[in-house]
Amino acid sequence: MTDLKASAEKGTDSAVAVLLPRMSSNEKVMQVVVPLVALALGIAAWQWIVTANGIPKYILPGPGDAAVALFTDSSTLWPALWVTLRITVMALAIALVGGVTLAIIIVQSKWLELALSPFTVILQVTPIIAIAPLILIYAPDTQSALMICAFLVAFFPILSNMVQGLKSVDHNLLNLFELYGANGWQTLLYLKIPASMPYFMAGLRIAGGLSLIAAVVAEFAAGSAGQGSGLAFRLLESQYRLNLPRMFAALIMLCGTGIAIYGLTSFVSWLVLHRWHESAIRREN
Amino acid sequence: MGSLVTDLSLAEAPSSVTPQRRLVVAMNNVSKVFSNGTLALKGMSLDVRGGEFISLLGPSGCGKSTALRIIAGLGAASSGSIDWPSSKINSHGLPEGDVGFVFQEPTLMPWETVFGNVHLPLKLRGVRKAEARDKVMENLTSVGLADFADAYPRELSGGMKMRVSIARALVTRPKLLLMDEPFAALDEITRQKLNDDVLTLWQQTGITVIFVTHSVYESAYLSSRIVVMRARPGQVFTDLEIAQPAVRDGAYRVSEFYRANCQKVSDALQSAIQSAES
Ligand SMILES: Nc1ncnc2c1ncn2[C@@H]1O[C@H](COP(=O)(O)OP(=O)(O)O)[C@@H](O)[C@H]1O
Ligand SMILES: [Mg+2]
Repeated sequence: MTDLKASAEKGTDSAVAVLLPRMSSNEKVMQVVVPLVALALGIAAWQWIVTANGIPKYILPGPGDAAVALFTDSSTLWPALWVTLRITVMALAIALVGGVTLAIIIVQSKWLELALSPFTVILQVTPIIAIAPLILIYAPDTQSALMICAFLVAFFPILSNMVQGLKSVDHNLLNLFELYGANGWQTLLYLKIPASMPYFMAGLRIAGGLSLIAAVVAEFAAGSAGQGSGLAFRLLESQYRLNLPRMFAALIMLCGTGIAIYGLTSFVSWLVLHRWHESAIRREN
Repeated sequence: MGSLVTDLSLAEAPSSVTPQRRLVVAMNNVSKVFSNGTLALKGMSLDVRGGEFISLLGPSGCGKSTALRIIAGLGAASSGSIDWPSSKINSHGLPEGDVGFVFQEPTLMPWETVFGNVHLPLKLRGVRKAEARDKVMENLTSVGLADFADAYPRELSGGMKMRVSIARALVTRPKLLLMDEPFAALDEITRQKLNDDVLTLWQQTGITVIFVTHSVYESAYLSSRIVVMRARPGQVFTDLEIAQPAVRDGAYRVSEFYRANCQKVSDALQSAIQSAES
């Protein structure tokens, strides 16, 4: 299937037909079917190993046991998922706003960037898990401590990618804006921000995954119990009680959350870039 | 269609060829030293009059682009003066809206459609899309791309992108069109076509064109005046008036007259290169 846009022009160069590539429908179906079949085979192999060897549930539960636990333990697991998800999403949202804003401020002045660089480097290279206990001391409650950890981790990919993007604007386009007397806001809005979108989207995808990881790891460090605890605590708790089906159920939830975040950020990226950026266009020779 | 110009009335109607036309650019003893110490231009003087088609010809690295950018008001001269006597000068000391620039690359914003790219100069002046539509479409029609208004740059061929870039440069109806080796990256056939289109545009509108090139043949075909530059340091070597017939077409490209012009220009360029080496 192709979309043929032929020019009515007689000009030598403009009389070219522009072919917009489309995937064949067959290929499209296979792109979904192949990974699904492979996944199903993997799950089947897992179940087969468990049944064939008669492995008890408290050592290795089968996929069926995990699925059952997903329902029977839903009253503990779903609220925990909600807590983890809320921390992740809020941390990501604050990191987005903060990272983009700081990037825009930083690129205004070379001196500001230099002055801020030691702090950004220190915070970036320090493993966040190592400062988690410190944050736990200073933060008003565990929830906000976890959020700060997840925020710190998600913040830097966005900041550094955005700075990189804002700086890699085509110099001739900058000249063009200058030629037409564009002011700073116009240049930012119409040129620098759109031009940095591919970089920002790459940062967003990284940050999305990292914020979930950080939310879980920080909760391990916090080890908080009780009403407001997230999935990480439920994992630890199941470990102590050797409740392996529940542990697997919690892992499946985390995995699903990770996939959802990845899918969502990829979708946003596709929405913004697919019309114009090379990364979103299928290569065809 | 296929001609770059249909009914544009850019700038003013071409003044009849009187010897003293108004001065559009006055470049006086301009030098440019880059921050890394490169002396790109030294004591370059150039007067450009309304309606001229000037080629800046010279070996690569001789400062053609630098000179053109200074003429556009991009990047100040290190010494000497530049003035635009027929233009309104804004608060930054630059000509306001009187200059169109076409870069060697099309320099389009990939995230905007063809329409959005041509709209840009007007948008930066606060003209909204709806108000600008007629003007933008008129310019797109004049370069034969009206059907591609909603296409994205990546969907266009190199020559079409260049046409968009030209339409964008003309949308503000500038007095002065600056082109920096605009067709150097295009194939021969497309380049000749676009050369003819630019020529037609110039003849019909009386716009002043400064065209940077390193091609003897291109400059001899297009220009009424060729400024040959030498390198190290960049400055004007000779200034050649070229007598051109009223009609330039395929027959002209193979005529003895054109060949003789090319010979003259080529000799001047050779001397410029030798003077830089010695
Ligand atoms: N931004 C810049 N910084 C330092 N040197 C430059 C810069 N732009 C151009 N030059 C130098 O100035 C000289 C003239 O360059 P340019 O005007 O681009 O030449 P041309 O367009 O004739 O090829 C060259 O030696 C080039 O290396
Ligand atoms: Mg150049």
